[in-house]
Amino acid sequence: MHLKYESIVREPLVDGNKTYRQVTEDIISPIEKKPGKMWYIGFFISLILLGFGAFSVFWEVYFGIGVWGINRTVGWGWDITNFVWWVGIGHAGTLISAILLIFRQGWRTGVNRAAEAMTIFAVMCAGQFPIFHMGRVWDAMYVLPYPNTRGPLWPNFNSALLWDVFAISTYFTVSLLFWYSGLVPDFATIRDRAKTKFRKRAYGLASFGWTGTAKNWQRFESLSLVLAGLSTPLVLSVHTIVSFDFATSVIPGWHTTIFPPYFVAGAIFSGFAMVQTLLILVRKILGLEEYITLGHIEAMNKVIVLTGSIVGVAYLTELFMAWYSQVVYEQDAFNWRIIGPYWWSYWAMMTCNVVSPQLFWFKKLRRNIPFTFIMSIVVNIGMWFERFVIIVTSLYRDYLPGSWTYYSPTWPEVGFYIGTFGLFFTCFFLFAKYFPVVAVAEIKFVLKTSGDNYKKEMAKEDEKTIEEFVHENSHH
Amino acid sequence: MAIKKFAVACYDTEDTLFPAVEKVRHSGYKLHDVYTPFPVHGLDVAMGLKETDLHVAGFIFGLTGTSTAVGFMSWIFTSDWPINFGGKPNWSLPAFMPIVFELTVLFAAVGMVLTYCYLNQIMPGVKKHIFHPRQTDDYFVVVLELNEHSSEAEVLAFMNETGAVETNVQIAEEGWWYGRWDEKEAYELA
Repeated sequence: MHLKYESIVREPLVDGNKTYRQVTEDIISPIEKKPGKMWYIGFFISLILLGFGAFSVFWEVYFGIGVWGINRTVGWGWDITNFVWWVGIGHAGTLISAILLIFRQGWRTGVNRAAEAMTIFAVMCAGQFPIFHMGRVWDAMYVLPYPNTRGPLWPNFNSALLWDVFAISTYFTVSLLFWYSGLVPDFATIRDRAKTKFRKRAYGLASFGWTGTAKNWQRFESLSLVLAGLSTPLVLSVHTIVSFDFATSVIPGWHTTIFPPYFVAGAIFSGFAMVQTLLILVRKILGLEEYITLGHIEAMNKVIVLTGSIVGVAYLTELFMAWYSQVVYEQDAFNWRIIGPYWWSYWAMMTCNVVSPQLFWFKKLRRNIPFTFIMSIVVNIGMWFERFVIIVTSLYRDYLPGSWTYYSPTWPEVGFYIGTFGLFFTCFFLFAKYFPVVAVAEIKFVLKTSGDNYKKEMAKEDEKTIEEFVHENSHH
Repeated sequence: MAIKKFAVACYDTEDTLFPAVEKVRHSGYKLHDVYTPFPVHGLDVAMGLKETDLHVAGFIFGLTGTSTAVGFMSWIFTSDWPINFGGKPNWSLPAFMPIVFELTVLFAAVGMVLTYCYLNQIMPGVKKHIFHPRQTDDYFVVVLELNEHSSEAEVLAFMNETGAVETNVQIAEEGWWYGRWDEKEAYELA
């Protein structure tokens, strides 16, 4: 027998008087019911956005990349901004599922499933931008190193852009495997309680024939741990490599060594904000307040204030280095960011990312749900502006004043971005309807140590002296 | 696969499950398996299962990924199609590192998941016998294998004594087969 003890000082992870059966009932029953009106409205709006996005992309592919506002000076505009933004959002899911697993953070169990789903959908959205940015999208497979009749001509393995191809595709694959391997036992739970023939058949397929033998669970735990161990450096590498797209170039404002850690911190910052936006809605709509508790929201707000501060320090370091380097190009780039024609984007970034998250130092605000919801959107707006500032305001005034320009997006660019929201939310609505939004088996695993009703019994344990406690528990 | 007779005992808490598993092991009955709705720590030890070597497979697949990436890029840039990038060495190992890392992770993860599915015998379309529908919900199900010499009454009495909330005897097919989960199997209808 193993010891199930956790101090009452720690907040319970599951509120309410729960049994294992109640956990299953709470999380699975929304899947078995018809979705509410709100679901249909939300899903329909997402489909419209997705449709508009598809039309915008069709327009771009049919008429060529010239329909976008990007030009010879500003070669990367909204497209790459959105790419980096979506990839960054994805990082929170892997952080929650992998890094917090290794750090043995029990609170991850309530939010990891939805956060990982968010990762996968966000990476799907991100991938669209570099692919359609290629212009002749039908030649997109040229980035893959396959034997071909052109030599064979291989891609340049020394290019940061090709590293990106490998990083993003590996990241997507590994996240998907990690997510699905956790879903298999939960699908088996849905299958075994299914009343309708169709559901039994569909979830029977999805659950791969899982029965939950002791040996299977043993391998399951080994797999989770190793996948977490692999995903941890992977998630750090992905945004590092994204930052290499900029840092390995010689553009003032991009050519800096601070980029990898600064990008990773920013990615986690924006990702947690997106997790907050989604989960605050999900817990309300699906009635999962007892599983995604105020404690979970507060924990994530703590991560937001930490990573937000790291990002803030990085911004200031960039400014200091520009001044300290005595390089006029570097100094001008940053000077124009602050007071140049794009001053509004720089100050939007500074306000949303550096100033406003500092409010989360107050416990009252960290545990305030409407405030957290608004902040989560503010942070994501700020992080979008960060990428816009980095990309556009480093490019629009290059070395040759004759080619200085001002970039604004055209409707197909904006439509493309809106379309990825459609894709993201279409996927997320389907996920919330057909998938267990909270990891059922994992919640049961922590229930007897961190469930509210079980924690109350820990009060007796807490009063004991260490000697008494060891004496009672060591003889097993 | 063989169709056999099993004695099934369901427990609703770990506090009765662990002593029961221990008693079964001392009793001499043949323990078929224990089914749980979530990973129960210490159960593998209590059942006398060995630690899994799955992570070793992950390590080997990871090394395969590393050597594939290093070998492939080295071959391309030194012999198949060398390109001069600003006079830098053709074999520029530091620049290969990002892709080497990514392929290591990719091979390790994909290989390990496939190994996991193979060892656990899980795949879309696979069907296995479910001894109790609540074994993926809240019951811990201990299954003993019976033979022609076993006395059903004796085994059930033994299981009831260990604190089982539900016991029964089932004829079931062992292992896995391809099938639809919404359809009953022939042995279940008989």
